Amino acid sequence: MSTPTTSPAPAGPGGLAPKIAAEEEARVSAGRRFIDRLIRARELGLLVVLALIVIVTGVIEPNFLDADSLKQTVLNVAIIAVMTAGMTLVIVTRNIDLSVGSILGLSAFVCGDFLTKNPDVPWPVGVVIAVVIGAACGLLNGVLVTWGRVPALVVTLGTMYALRGVAFLVTDGRQINAEDLPDSFLTAGSGDLLGIPTLIVVALLVIALFWFVARDYAWGRQLYAIGSSGRSGGQAAKLAGLKSDRRVTQAFVISGALAGLGGAMFAARYGTVDATAGQGYELRVIGAAVVGGVAIAGGSGSVLGAALGAVVLGTIQTALIVLKIDDFWQQAIVGLLIIVAIALDRLIAKQSEALLRQRSARRRTAA
Amino acid sequence: MSTPSTTTPLVALDDASRSFGAVRALQNASLALRAGEVRALMGENGAGKSTLVKILTGVDRPNSGTVLVDGEPVVFHSTADSRDAGVAVILQEPTLFPDLSVAENVVMGRHPKRSFGRVDRPAMKKTVQGLLDRLGVDLDPDRPVQGLSIADQQIVEIAKAMSFDARVLIMDEPTAALSGREVERLFGVVRALQERGAAVLFISHRLEEVYEIASVVTVMRDGEVVHDGPLSELPEDELVRRMVGRDVTQLFPKSEPKIGEVVLDVKGLSREGVFYDVDLQVRAGEIVALAGLVGAGRSEVVQAIFGVDRATEGTVTMLGNDLPLGKPTAAVAAGMALVPEDRRQQGLVMDMSIGQNATLARLGDMRSRGLLSPKRERAEAERWGERLQLKYGRLGDAVGTLSGGNQQKVVLAKWLGTEPRLLIIDEPTRGIDVGTKSEVHRIIDELAGQGLAVLMVSSELPEVLGMADRVLVMFEGRVTAELSRAEADEERIVRAATGRVSAPATQEIA
Amino acid sequence: MSTIAPTAPAPDRTPSSPRSEDSRLKAILGRWETLILALIALVFLIGSGISSEFLTGESLTTGSSDFTEYAILALPLTLIIATGEIDLSVASVLALSSALMGYLWNQGLPMEGIIPICLVAGALCGLLNGWLVTGLGLPSLAVTIGTLALFRGLAFVILGDESVTSFPTGYTDWAFGNFAGTVVPNTIVLFLVLAAVFAVVLHRTPFGRAIFAIGANREAARFSGLRVNRIQLRLFILSGVIAALAGILLTLRNSTAAGNVGEGFELTAIAAVVLGGVSIFGGTGTIGGVLLALILLGGIQKALNLDPDISTYWVNIVFGILLIGSVLGPNLAARVREARRINSRGTRPPRPGRSAAPQSGPGGEGNSNA
Repeated sequence: MSTPTTSPAPAGPGGLAPKIAAEEEARVSAGRRFIDRLIRARELGLLVVLALIVIVTGVIEPNFLDADSLKQTVLNVAIIAVMTAGMTLVIVTRNIDLSVGSILGLSAFVCGDFLTKNPDVPWPVGVVIAVVIGAACGLLNGVLVTWGRVPALVVTLGTMYALRGVAFLVTDGRQINAEDLPDSFLTAGSGDLLGIPTLIVVALLVIALFWFVARDYAWGRQLYAIGSSGRSGGQAAKLAGLKSDRRVTQAFVISGALAGLGGAMFAARYGTVDATAGQGYELRVIGAAVVGGVAIAGGSGSVLGAALGAVVLGTIQTALIVLKIDDFWQQAIVGLLIIVAIALDRLIAKQSEALLRQRSARRRTAA
Repeated sequence: MSTPSTTTPLVALDDASRSFGAVRALQNASLALRAGEVRALMGENGAGKSTLVKILTGVDRPNSGTVLVDGEPVVFHSTADSRDAGVAVILQEPTLFPDLSVAENVVMGRHPKRSFGRVDRPAMKKTVQGLLDRLGVDLDPDRPVQGLSIADQQIVEIAKAMSFDARVLIMDEPTAALSGREVERLFGVVRALQERGAAVLFISHRLEEVYEIASVVTVMRDGEVVHDGPLSELPEDELVRRMVGRDVTQLFPKSEPKIGEVVLDVKGLSREGVFYDVDLQVRAGEIVALAGLVGAGRSEVVQAIFGVDRATEGTVTMLGNDLPLGKPTAAVAAGMALVPEDRRQQGLVMDMSIGQNATLARLGDMRSRGLLSPKRERAEAERWGERLQLKYGRLGDAVGTLSGGNQQKVVLAKWLGTEPRLLIIDEPTRGIDVGTKSEVHRIIDELAGQGLAVLMVSSELPEVLGMADRVLVMFEGRVTAELSRAEADEERIVRAATGRVSAPATQEIA
Repeated sequence: MSTIAPTAPAPDRTPSSPRSEDSRLKAILGRWETLILALIALVFLIGSGISSEFLTGESLTTGSSDFTEYAILALPLTLIIATGEIDLSVASVLALSSALMGYLWNQGLPMEGIIPICLVAGALCGLLNGWLVTGLGLPSLAVTIGTLALFRGLAFVILGDESVTSFPTGYTDWAFGNFAGTVVPNTIVLFLVLAAVFAVVLHRTPFGRAIFAIGANREAARFSGLRVNRIQLRLFILSGVIAALAGILLTLRNSTAAGNVGEGFELTAIAAVVLGGVSIFGGTGTIGGVLLALILLGGIQKALNLDPDISTYWVNIVFGILLIGSVLGPNLAARVREARRINSRGTRPPRPGRSAAPQSGPGGEGNSNA
């Protein structure tokens, strides 16, 4: 019953070990720099792509670089970018939220409806209502996913349907028009704060907030840990004592709340709201996150990258309009970008894997 | 019978029993873990070791008996409770967050904070660097865990245990996936912990390791503690006898081989970073063993031969025909069969029935008039069930309801039904009770007697010595020795498996 | 060769009767389908209560033909989901096929040429999805979110926002028409034929068995010599072809080709598959279950549309709830059973003798003294 031994291999000659260690150290730090570069490459790469789009479009059609045109571009992105921040948190935990478009539609209408009927109430109350409705929908999603153990894809597909139905029921065929809404609300939507459009200020604040929270706070790091361990059954998160269910629910609540905020922004910016508001937004938001480097499998990607993804997609959209390229190309290009982004991620991952393997092979032969 | 000791054990189990239905997994077991002591826990699979570990780590609770921490009775309701009591467990397969850095893996759940509640990254890095330094290992705290070797991942697990001041370290087969050098490094770390006053419970099937690292031993059999005492008073053969409950002789009835034509011919097979220049031949009626330590690349070689892994170089020839690399279907068509090491993940579809699993590799033969015939499937599964003396309730039951040995027979049935010319079998008796073990050996021997070529990967030396007509030994991805049945003995194999190729009778290949 | 001589009959093997083993399996599988059947009965009862028109032949004809495309899309999706993957792009392929059909008709091609071209285009779309998933190893969810946008976009690129309506009446009449003097629409007959083929393929061929094996344990399937990647690639191509076929049918039925047709159809199709008892993680499911789920969803839609007082948007709400409920219900039932089992055994350990220390102290504590 004896088994092959692992009795110690003879220790290497005295001089060899430190040398190997030193080499190893050099290799490790080189590897680290390489990996650092990869991580930063995503945000940098997006910036490069963005600059290229802006420059090329600007050269062909200088109008594109007008302050007004740029402002419109960024305004169009603001709502998507806000929702992308929430979506990033959800995807990082290895889940997905398909219901954000429906949440936007529902909260935009309720917010607009409330402000129309109560013109004397200050408009921020309407915004709060939209956010609370969104958060409640997110809570429903989160509870069904964690407590009900229903896959997020199924849950949010269901609530995407159901909430859109609720939005139709609530609107009952009505539409809110800009003239019904209080002027102060519309001014807030189209106006400036310190010379910057309010919606952009809101978007920047939201992105900065959740970028920091996800990067620099234990809460955010736990989201990454949960998504990362989810691939192997979540055992690691359990052993680390993480309250996975609670964190995942919180991520869904935030995603819902930000979709609600997006609803208020939508009402304030466009003035016109009906039950179809925000239809198809879920795909634009997920697309932005994926282009921004958020892995669908969970555990990696940053809020900043995802927001940049939203900006790139939004800029392409306006650039196409400015360049008078058929509007119809838009969606095709967005789809293509999503595929290229994930394919590139995969190829880079394969490359670095091969590098690591070679390195460990070299270590073996050196030893 | 316990060694008298004056110190109070840090953690102890007193008279604990645990049953699952009618199965008594643990009966009146007691065990004490004292500061500065490395205790080995020995026993065959199913002896109750893992139940005991689960109770000590708060995963499971005993039906009767108590857990004591510093002499006080406690109840662990979760792993968090046991962790707070200073108990840490290192599993064979580390459970880490692959996307996160080494440092973050160590502190997850307990991030150091600075102003405004932010994560204090410099402090985190410094702490973890300190831990790694104290363990004497060279690992960058900032690099992601993804891509680390199993050995390095275990070091991260140990650093994690140290970071919350674990006083008791339970190591459940930590060396199973490590190479010799990595085991040495791990033992260095264990000794360092021991000197700092930690108690260690070390579980391993490798006797030499146990004698090297542990000072006291608890031996379990059939859910009971059958021995507890200093290891120095217990010679190896006596230890084995207590584990098995009888003398271990003549486990393997080996019949005289009738060796025929070359069935499998592998030349220069390499997989970048995993194994290099593997040449091997297996003839009809011959049993060739691929011996070596876990992690030497043996499973990877046979998986590349079968085609589930893609080799980067080399040729695989079956009965004179070259096989395309990386195409298991072609390998099966050429008469190759692989019984993999990991039954649950690779050998069987656990949710499918016994019958469906037994016919999965030859669905094409289960057709009548173009469609799958349940009748034929049942008949085939029953035929093989009978031949292999499979013990089951219904063929429609999920295969997961069978014992390990019977699951292995289902995998065998699946492949023998394809009438292979070559059977590759990776760790044929891992996780199988002693009784079924010899049955599996008898089956393999009979198959070889009928002219089947057998390539067997095994980490159990007696199995290799008892079964093989020829032994190839691998070390760190290369074949370091090829020994005939007459040449093969324990010492030569061990030497080659640890990279010390100097025995005169050994043909050096590498 | 390779015969192990049977030494002795295995003593403790209970003789297995094939009948009981089958019926037991069926009982487990059947429970879910029974539930859906009951729901269908309920919907039809309520439906005929709402309006006497509900159960007339004409109503069933329009009701079922309105559901044809969802139903057809659900067939290949069942196979794909059974392998544990997903294809969200089916409705976009449908639209691409419709737009291509309109474009080619405008170019003056004959229908006999257009239909094969559309099917080939669908196959190419599926090939792209399948190659990205099997060749590059990308997650199918992300891939098909991308191709959902890409194919829809291409549909708009091909046809813009025009629509083509001048299709030959020979074809449109067939698509409108009923089968040989019955009330069953031709398109539904086509669907039923397809469903029968899919059912046989999934449940009675090695290919179908391999699909379940892949869904239940991809690695074990590979280790059994099954061509996992090839099978998945074929399924995606199949999905593309069938979606293109659905696009052709929809175009003919409405005698309108446009780039915006079928938006959101993929969701209804997925809802039917999941509601039909196919695990979203793969490994289990039946075409029969999906068929029943389609009848249920179609019935609900028709019933709710009949009553002028009920907002048609209740359909969305009911679909959504059914979809979630179809997974939540069994989960909760399993949990209740589990809880009852534990309670009945009564093996709860005594309450703690020592209360556990607070789980997470101040973050830095553990590290500072380590």
